[in-house]
Amino acid sequence: MRLIRFLGGALCLVVILGIGFVAFAWRSAIDPVEPPATASFDPALVERGASLAAIGNCSVCHTKEGGEIMAGGLPLPTPFGTIYATNITPDPETGIGRWSEEAFGRAMREGVDQEGRHLYPAFPYDHFTKVTDDDNRALYAYLMTRKAVRAETPANELPFPINVRMVLAGWKMLFFTPGVYEPDAAQTAEWNRGAYLAEGLGHCGGCHTPRNLLGAEKKSEHYAGGEAEGWTAYALNAASPAPVPWTAESLNQYLTTGYEAQHGVARGPMAPVTANMRLAAPDDAKAIATYIASVMGQPSTEKKSLGEKSVQQSSELEKGVQVQSAGAQTLPAAVDMKDPGAAIYAAACSTCHEAGRPVPYGGLPLRLSTAIHGPTPTNPINVILYGLPAPEGERGPIMPGFAGALTDQQIAQLLAYMRKTFSDKPEWKDIEPLVADIRAGHKDTDLRSLSSDGGNAPANPTKRETSW
Amino acid sequence: MVALTVNGQSHQVDVDPDTPLLYVLRDELKLNAAKYGCGLGQCGACTVMIDGEAVFSCVTPIVVLEGRNITTVEGLGTIEAPGPMQQAFIEEQAAQCGYCIPGMMMRAQVLLQRDPAASDEEIRAHMEPNLCRCGTHMRIVAAIKRAGKLMQTASVDTAKRTG
Repeated sequence: MRLIRFLGGALCLVVILGIGFVAFAWRSAIDPVEPPATASFDPALVERGASLAAIGNCSVCHTKEGGEIMAGGLPLPTPFGTIYATNITPDPETGIGRWSEEAFGRAMREGVDQEGRHLYPAFPYDHFTKVTDDDNRALYAYLMTRKAVRAETPANELPFPINVRMVLAGWKMLFFTPGVYEPDAAQTAEWNRGAYLAEGLGHCGGCHTPRNLLGAEKKSEHYAGGEAEGWTAYALNAASPAPVPWTAESLNQYLTTGYEAQHGVARGPMAPVTANMRLAAPDDAKAIATYIASVMGQPSTEKKSLGEKSVQQSSELEKGVQVQSAGAQTLPAAVDMKDPGAAIYAAACSTCHEAGRPVPYGGLPLRLSTAIHGPTPTNPINVILYGLPAPEGERGPIMPGFAGALTDQQIAQLLAYMRKTFSDKPEWKDIEPLVADIRAGHKDTDLRSLSSDGGNAPANPTKRETSW
Repeated sequence: MVALTVNGQSHQVDVDPDTPLLYVLRDELKLNAAKYGCGLGQCGACTVMIDGEAVFSCVTPIVVLEGRNITTVEGLGTIEAPGPMQQAFIEEQAAQCGYCIPGMMMRAQVLLQRDPAASDEEIRAHMEPNLCRCGTHMRIVAAIKRAGKLMQTASVDTAKRTG
């Protein structure tokens, strides 16, 4: 009897908890509206929205390869399955044309769509929650005045129970703190603006902060470095692997042009971020640079002098080598030709990387390369294999890919040589199997920024929204 | 001395191991199909096939090529007996000045060996790295389509030659 009573009690408890959870997770729909007319929005507000959308990088996820801008359909591979980015053009049937400003604001603040369904955190509302109502109004005005594109979003490919959206209420309970950014009174207005943008719309942590097993950013390891679509996102805190410490000035240059003379060029998922940043208000880009530089902190005297030494050594290199063209046959003197990696570097790489032509048209001296100093060889493998194709219709960095020319073993030997010669970091382990994995496509490497065939919306200027 | 296998033949060449493959092909082996265009791996005039992949020979030092199979346009057929790729380019009259054509043929060969029935879209995407200043792109695409058809119907004899 007692047992039955116990079981009955437990069952009641489960049912009550279940009802409680559903009540907790339940969100009601917000009434659909007639799609607002373009003329109903103040052009100044639309312009501000355009700048903010560039910082939010909306077009990168919400545009599929070869697709119309903001019309969604891009598959996002996650450890849990594939999520398809939605259509955020004002199309009334397949886009957000019937969303009111309130519904849009709720999606940003709480991660709930117009119909009341919880959104997957692939949409980074853990950051977007910090955006003010005022800025959401501008973003809404911008998106609702874009061209409406009819494009059905494919269904997500997720296993049970993750495919039940109510489960996300539990995820939110554990990891999500809703609320607008609160300024730090001890800091300057510019710093606060940068922090607001970087932590909010810019969602830098989405890639640069490591994630836990449930896909949430580890708050205790803010900006400690993470990964994104088969690329390593380097640490933005004191652990930044850049051999020359970043400053607000150099970060601003990098963010707004995609390259910086003493750090190199933005590639992988970072390339469209910088391509978009060009369209943002210059003061906002500068504010983000100021904030990120402060997160990195003042470098130690030792780190600073090592950086200065690297800059000096790489400028000495230029004088000694004097390579006239890629075909010139001048070897750097110190290369040990018995080391196959050294021989490949001298023959195939040094002609550009030691030619003394400035970045982005000449190769970066590798002593200054963050990629060679980073925790993984992933990014340099991607670039050696696939190169940097010339961007369509504008000037930019170039490098031929060596996928057909170099074997996995040769790339591994080359990287081992570069790591040993140009950095003071411990050797990378197991480079060769990683090269093979990447080549075989096992790492879901995002090559959109490396494709110049019109696939990549933001890094390809013909697919980019024009500047205001 | 470096050992190279070009169009099925082994060669011993006496050049510095850092010499770009293009110079060895043209100056040492007198295989003049591949052209020097930009020298930066950006225009595709120097494209050859190595183990079934398209490679810019101007930026590829021979030190990395020991034991690899290199194929140039000379390996696709002869003047008397052109291979399907060459035949198709002649039939479509795809060359204007012709400087880019050997590179075009070799990059196209890589694609058609994998899939002789490649679609227009696949051909265009695949050929993207190779430039043509005369603007004969439409004829080049038509020639590649034709080459694909020829390959599908080619005799055992020609199939062997395109190895």
